[in-house]
Amino acid sequence: MPLLPIRLSVNSEPVTAEVSADTLLSTFLREHLRLTGTHIGCDTASCGACTVHVGGRAVKSCNVLVAQLQGEEVTTVEGITPADGSLHPMQAAFRSCHGLQCGFCTPGMVMSAIDLVMHRPHATEEQIRKGLEGNLCRCTGYHNIVKAVQHAARAMGR
Amino acid sequence: MNAARASFIGQSVERREDYRFLTGAGQYTDDIVLPRQTYGYFLRTPHAHAAIRSVDVSAARAAPGVLAVFTSRDLAGVGGLPCGWLIKSIDGSPMKEPRHPVLAEGKVRYVGEQVALVVAESAAQAKSAAALIGVDYDVLPAVVDTATAAGNGSAVHEIAPDNVCYTWGIGDAAAVDAAFAAAAHITRLSLKNNRLIPNAIEPRAANADYSRADDSYTLYVTSQNPHVERLLMTAFVLGLPEHKVRVIAPDVGGGFGSKIYLYGEETALVWATRRVGRPIKWTAERSESFLTDAHGRDHVTTAELALDKDGRFLALRVNTTANLGAYLSTFGSCIPTILYATLLAGQYATPHIHCRVQAVFTNTAPVDAYRGAGRPEATYLLERTVERAARELGADPAELRRRNFIRSFPYASPVGLTYDTGDYAATLNRVLELADVGGFKARKAASEKRGLLRGIGYSCYIEACGIAPSNIAGALGARAGLFEAGEVRVHPTGKITVFTGSHSHGQGHETTFAQIVADKLGIPIEDVEIQHGDTGRVLFGMGTYGSRSLAVGGTAILKAVDKIVAKGRKIAAHLLEASAEDVEFSQGEFRIAGTDRKKAFAEVALAAYVPHNYPLDQLEPGLNENAFYDPPNFTFPAGSYVCEVEVDPETGRVQVDRFSASDDFGNVINPMIVEGQVHGGLAQGIGQALLEGCRYDSDGQLLTGSLTDYALPRADDLPRFTVETAKGTPCTHNPLGVKGCGEAGAIGSPPAVINAILDALAPLGVRDIDMPATPYQVWQAIQATRR
Repeated sequence: MPLLPIRLSVNSEPVTAEVSADTLLSTFLREHLRLTGTHIGCDTASCGACTVHVGGRAVKSCNVLVAQLQGEEVTTVEGITPADGSLHPMQAAFRSCHGLQCGFCTPGMVMSAIDLVMHRPHATEEQIRKGLEGNLCRCTGYHNIVKAVQHAARAMGR
Repeated sequence: MNAARASFIGQSVERREDYRFLTGAGQYTDDIVLPRQTYGYFLRTPHAHAAIRSVDVSAARAAPGVLAVFTSRDLAGVGGLPCGWLIKSIDGSPMKEPRHPVLAEGKVRYVGEQVALVVAESAAQAKSAAALIGVDYDVLPAVVDTATAAGNGSAVHEIAPDNVCYTWGIGDAAAVDAAFAAAAHITRLSLKNNRLIPNAIEPRAANADYSRADDSYTLYVTSQNPHVERLLMTAFVLGLPEHKVRVIAPDVGGGFGSKIYLYGEETALVWATRRVGRPIKWTAERSESFLTDAHGRDHVTTAELALDKDGRFLALRVNTTANLGAYLSTFGSCIPTILYATLLAGQYATPHIHCRVQAVFTNTAPVDAYRGAGRPEATYLLERTVERAARELGADPAELRRRNFIRSFPYASPVGLTYDTGDYAATLNRVLELADVGGFKARKAASEKRGLLRGIGYSCYIEACGIAPSNIAGALGARAGLFEAGEVRVHPTGKITVFTGSHSHGQGHETTFAQIVADKLGIPIEDVEIQHGDTGRVLFGMGTYGSRSLAVGGTAILKAVDKIVAKGRKIAAHLLEASAEDVEFSQGEFRIAGTDRKKAFAEVALAAYVPHNYPLDQLEPGLNENAFYDPPNFTFPAGSYVCEVEVDPETGRVQVDRFSASDDFGNVINPMIVEGQVHGGLAQGIGQALLEGCRYDSDGQLLTGSLTDYALPRADDLPRFTVETAKGTPCTHNPLGVKGCGEAGAIGSPPAVINAILDALAPLGVRDIDMPATPYQVWQAIQATRR
């Protein structure tokens, strides 16, 4: 398969690469850039563990080809993490509300939740549950995830 | 300052592992890439039952990037995967133990069984090459259905021509018969416990690396118990020296039982890495998880409960057929026996119980422990039966349960367990308040106005956790000990590294165990680090399952802390020129009783490593202690759950509107983590009741083989939970007084949900429904009453 030149931004850093046309964004992040915070939990775009932001919107990175992202801005869980050891308000809320257990779905869940709160800052519990239905968590029963999103929405609104 | 320091035990300390998980810095098996990494792919059979006539790997071997292709012919001399528990039939004969090959040998016995391993430079090359392998199959009739597998005509294994692995029994059948003969009322129920697919969100993965330099192996693997994995793999299958194999289970993304077992895949990788001379990594695709992770449950049962005229339980008779799948998985044999029938007394003083279990082989994936493991099956049948009895007798279901509760402890049940303590009325009374049962009538009326049927269902569960007393387990057929090991290493500065044989894959051990150690030593929690999951660093371990980590693993750590304190007292006594008997330890200080003469913990640690002023003639330098803890009994967490559902009679859709739980876990170290464990268990239990059901067709093809066909609960499928951990009755036989909490939700919730649905549908005449109660199932049940 011929290699395609690609230029995009990942976590605010310019990235240039040559990729085969069938390279998924999830594979590119994990294997080419070694950004392993983006996890792969399924092969049917059902679990959401690989969720990242493209142009500020949550996207399942297993469902996008890198070749589609010429000039785009991609943000992963590593990209929302402050360098000073603190946490994004959404990450902080997940910790204080115990919204994670094994941690595998967590980066994708956090990226979806940020998108949700950015675009629906006053979402009701029902809207939050609907908004997160693309992300599977097998550990928490979602109870504390919903609580975390509500907490983060208040923190992010300030 | 120290005197004012609050205890860490009982505090909702935020989890220390969370920072790395939240920032994407966790290290899961698939995140690890080794120098000169290669990739493995397993060719799997598309047939449930077939003889392999021939396998042609020549084209695959010649494909781009391929380094090697292996089949069972290459693995000559490799043993079968062992089963860790011997069950004997009623007639005394041992269970049938067919060979469980690493790669299929001569026959394939379930769809997805691995036939060949391809190793290539990239995962994509390995997968492409696998498609070039030609396997000539002679397809045989498949045995699939649990209820009809015995004597089906087609045998899964030659050594079990009737497909029966064992027929096992427990209890006094004659006493049960006599009690039934004298009963005023008998309640009968036939039910299925639906087969489940665990679906940890992290798929199974392994990365095996042989080092020629020192003739050693390192295996990174998604495991709940790396030492057990190593022991089974080296001693029973590959014949490798145990001390030359290091098994590391790094961050593991959920297990729920499915990562306890020794699987063929990682075993094949360890075998192959030396032949290839490079590390080999394999990560399951989700489709492979569905096909090959050990499944759970799959029982077909009839239960009969005899009651006297006052509604007292006289006897319980249970007949179960359990599906073991195609092979005996690591603990497959003990789940539908030892972990199931011994729990059939539940919370009730039923004097006579008998249970017979026929376990069958089928052409389906192996079945083993899945969250709860046997105990959910016992609880489901018992709590469904009790609720039906209440309905038949016109009794209040809570009241009927209360009338039959065990009230004096210790209680020796007729099925072999001795409950040390409990207060079942307390959790029942509390959950009735939490659930606002008094307001149910008004809520039901309000639902009716909206055209919905509202129902309420109860469940009072018990579980045997803290697995397990090794001698009792051994007498029951266990081929392993079930203790736990811990090491407390005090560094010269007084900082501490704790090594535990338990394994955390979501449970928060790095926090909970640190709370215990910091509390007992009176030092800052920041001074304590918890290490787990690496046979190269941890002395030994039996791992995490059966809600055992805190009760068994935590106690082992505590025993090691006790030894540290005991030695510290001797060191302090020397430094203080006192006798050790006069030195007491509290709040991080060794002090001569009744004086202000004292040494801080860190001063004593330093003296142990710089032993200039030190009783070298009596004491070794250093401050490092190991402990192994073997529990004298199981622990018995128990609780009461109430579920309220709304059913739409037009569509059959069930919505769980309220779910309330009152659990007695004994003492609690970290309430936040405990509640989180209950939430997760409830989600899996409600998932079993409403959504999740593994289906094979009659040819043994898995119909529910993807996340689009098998419904895991999503955020909008579940309610907000009302969960309260009762003050509780501390376990009487471990020093922490803890019982375990990881499985309770999954054990207690399914019958509460189904009982609620049946309560809602009772006015329509629906008496029975099987799990999962999907809209289709419920709608069908409603339609059936209208015919």
